[in-house]
Amino acid sequence: MGILSRSLGRTRERLKGALQKLLPSEKVDAATLESLEEALISADVGPITAAELVEGLQEAAPTGEETRRLLRESMVRILEAPENGNRAEPEPGRETPWVALLVGVNGSGKTTTTAKLAARFQKHGCSILMGAADTFRAAAVEQLCVWGERLDVPVVAHQSGGDPAAVVYDACAAGSARGADVVLIDTAGRLHTKDNLMAELAKMHRSAGKVIDGAPDEVWLVLDATTGQNGLRQAEDFLTHAGITGLILAKLDGSARGGVALSIAHRLSLPIRYVGTGEGTDDLEPFDPEAFVDGLLGEAS
Amino acid sequence: MFEQITERLQRTLRALRGTVHVDEKALEPALKDLRMALLEADVNYGVVKEFLASVREKALGEQVMASLTPGQQVIRVVNEEMTALLGGAQVPLSLVGPSPHVVLLVGLQGAGKTTTAAKLGHFLRRKGHSPMLASVDVYRPAAREQLLQVAKSANLAAFEGAAETPQEIADAAQAAARKDGHDVLLLDTAGRLHVDEEMMAEAAALSAAFSPCVTLYVADSLAGQDAVNSVKAFADRVGLDGIILSKLDGDSRGGVALSIVSVTGLPVLFVGVGEKFGDLETYHPDRIASRILGMGDVLSLIERAQENVDEEVAAQLEESLRKATFSLEDFRQQLKQVRKMGPISKLMEMIPNMGGNVDMKALAPGEDDLRRFGAIIDSMTPDERQNPSLINGSRRRRIATGSGTTVQDVNQLLKQFAMARKLMKQFGRRGGMPLDMMGPSGL
Ligand SMILES: Nc1nc2c(ncn2[C@@H]2O[C@H](COP(=O)(O)OP(=O)(O)O)[C@@H](O)[C@H]2O)c(=O)[nH]1
Ligand SMILES: [Mg+2]
Repeated sequence: MGILSRSLGRTRERLKGALQKLLPSEKVDAATLESLEEALISADVGPITAAELVEGLQEAAPTGEETRRLLRESMVRILEAPENGNRAEPEPGRETPWVALLVGVNGSGKTTTTAKLAARFQKHGCSILMGAADTFRAAAVEQLCVWGERLDVPVVAHQSGGDPAAVVYDACAAGSARGADVVLIDTAGRLHTKDNLMAELAKMHRSAGKVIDGAPDEVWLVLDATTGQNGLRQAEDFLTHAGITGLILAKLDGSARGGVALSIAHRLSLPIRYVGTGEGTDDLEPFDPEAFVDGLLGEAS
Repeated sequence: MFEQITERLQRTLRALRGTVHVDEKALEPALKDLRMALLEADVNYGVVKEFLASVREKALGEQVMASLTPGQQVIRVVNEEMTALLGGAQVPLSLVGPSPHVVLLVGLQGAGKTTTAAKLGHFLRRKGHSPMLASVDVYRPAAREQLLQVAKSANLAAFEGAAETPQEIADAAQAAARKDGHDVLLLDTAGRLHVDEEMMAEAAALSAAFSPCVTLYVADSLAGQDAVNSVKAFADRVGLDGIILSKLDGDSRGGVALSIVSVTGLPVLFVGVGEKFGDLETYHPDRIASRILGMGDVLSLIERAQENVDEEVAAQLEESLRKATFSLEDFRQQLKQVRKMGPISKLMEMIPNMGGNVDMKALAPGEDDLRRFGAIIDSMTPDERQNPSLINGSRRRRIATGSGTTVQDVNQLLKQFAMARKLMKQFGRRGGMPLDMMGPSGL
C-alpha cells in the first residue's frame, strides 16, 4: 500500500503539466506520449478516446511544440464540433417563454444549477420562473424554493409525491400567463438505467410542448465533473429518453477534470454549455473549450 | 463500449497458449486488454499499473493447473488478486465505547450521505439499536429539512433543534440523544470538496470535538479517476474507518471500489442500491470483482469448476470437443460433472448473456432427467454411444426397455444431445463462455 500511494504521488507530479515539460524543438519519444495518454486518462477522458488522441500524434511524429499544438487543437476541435446552432442564452422581451429542462443522475447538481441559471439569465434582464418538478426526493421542493426566495424568482410547485409532468405543465402555463422570458425546470435525479423513471422524463418533455409550441428549447444533462466512464452511458440514455441538447458540467471547482465530457461531446456530438464552479448562484460560467482543454492536460492556472 | 472491451479480453484470454507455464509473449495482449477493461471500469490509472504488474508476476510464476486452460488460469490470478485487494472477509460495523456512539458521515457533494444516513439508521434499528439522526449541514438549502423528512419516512428519530454552527447542532443533538436514551447518533454532514481547505478544517474540527466511534466516507460509485484523491484527503484530514459505496444500482462498473480500497486500505462496509431506506446491502468483494471485469459470475464458476471437475475427464472432454467427436459418452460425463457443480439453473444464471438466446433445457435438464438419461445411456452399446445416428426405431425400443424408460424418454435424450452438440459447436466456434459448463475447456 505504501508503494502504491507513493506511485500515485509520482503519477500526479508527472501529470503536472505533461505538456509543459515537452521541449519545444526536441522529437517526442514514446515515454512522453505515454505520459500524455496517462494525463488524459487520469482526467477521465477514458482509455479509448485517450488512445485515439495520442495515436494521432504518433503518426505526426512531431516535436514537442507541434505535439502541444496538435493535441490541444484536436481536443478543442472535438469540443467545438457539436455547436448545433442552438442559442444557449435566452434574451429578454420574448413572446413566449424559453423553456429548459435540467436532468441528470442523483446528486449531480441539477437544483443548484437551476438556481445558477436563473441568476444568470436574470442578470441579462430576463424575467424567470422556476418549476419544481422533483416531487420525489425529500425536501427537493423546499430546496428550490429557498433559491427562489433568495433570487426573488417565483417557483411553481406541487405537493411532494405529485406528478412531475403536471408540474411542468403548470410551470409552462404560469410562465406564459405571466409573460416570463424563461422557464427553468428542475427534475428529480434518476439513474439512467431505470426505465420507468426515464419514461417519466419523456412525459415531462411532452408536457412542456403541450403548453408552448416547440418547448422545451433545451434539455440539459447536468453531469458531475467527478463522473467516470459511466458518464457516456448516462448521456446516451438521457439522449434517447429525454432528448438532451447539451451538457452542463458541475463541480469543476474540485480536482476532477470532467474529461468524460470530451468523450461525450465526441461520440454523441453534444455541446457543453456551462460549467459549475461552486455552490453559489454566481458560480456558473459559459463553457470555454480552450480553458477546459488546459484543465484536462493539467495546465490550468 | 465496455462490453466490447470485455469481449475482446475474453477472446484474448482464450487464445492464450502455454502448457506448463503461461507464455510471457502470449500474456502481453491479455494484459493490454485487461488494462483497457480496468481503465474503462474507472479503476485509477496508478492502481491499474500496480495491479497489472502483480498479475503478470503471478501468472508467469505459477504452474498451469491441469484442470484449467491458460486463459482460465490468468482469470483465476486476476480474480484472486482483485478479491485480495478488494478486501476479504466482511467487516461489521462495530460500535464500542460510551453511548451514544457517534457515527459521522462525510463525503463530496451529492455523494448520497443523507439518504445513506436514513438507510444506516434503518439497518441499525433492525440490529436492535436505537439510533437518532442529525444533520449538521447548515449550508445546502433545505438539507436539514431533507434529513428530517427521510428520517420521518423511515420512522426514525431525528434531532430537530436549530443552531448556528455544525458544532453547536452536534452538541445539542448529542445531549438530546443521551436524554432520550438513543445509543447511536448518526451525524450527516454537508458535502464538501477535499480541496476546500476551510470546509475540510471544519470537518476535522467536528471529528476532533466528538471523537466519533466510526467515521464513514460515502463514495459515489459513478465516480472516476479522481475518487482516490478525495478519499485520501478525507482519510488524512478527518480520519476514516470505512467506506459506503453509493448508487450501485446503476450500471457503472464500480472500479472506484478497487481504487479506493487499494489506496486507503479501508474496508467497504455497505453498498447502496436504491433510493429507499431499505436499499442498503452488505458488501461482497467477489461481486464487485466480477462487476469490474464485466464477466458475470464467470469467475466463481471457474472456481467451482476448479474444485469439482475431475481433471482426467475434463481433458477427455476437451479432446473430444477439439476433434468434434462429442458423443453420448461425453454427454454423460458432462452431465455428471455438471451435477457435481451444483444446481444447474444457478450455474446457467451465472453465465453472462445466457438469459434469452439459448434453450436452457438443452443444457440444463432437471435432476430427474439426469438420472433417467444416465440409465438410458447405460443401456446403449458402445457403438451407439459413439455414433447416435445408428439408433433407429427398434434400437430405441430396446434401449427404453433396458433402461426402464419409455421411447419418448429416449427421444428426448437424443434431442437434447443433438441440441447440446449444436450449441457446443457454436460456442466452440465463437468460443463463448458457456463451454465452461462442460468442464474447463472454455475460454
Ligand atoms: N463544489 C460544488 N458543489 C456543487 C456544484 N453544483 C452543485 N453542488 C453541490 O452538490 C450537491 C448536490 O447538488 P444538488 O443541486 O442538490 O443536486 P441534485 O440532486 O442534482 O439536484 C449540493 O451540496 C450542491 O451544493 C458545483 O459546481 N460545485
Ligand atoms: Mg435536486
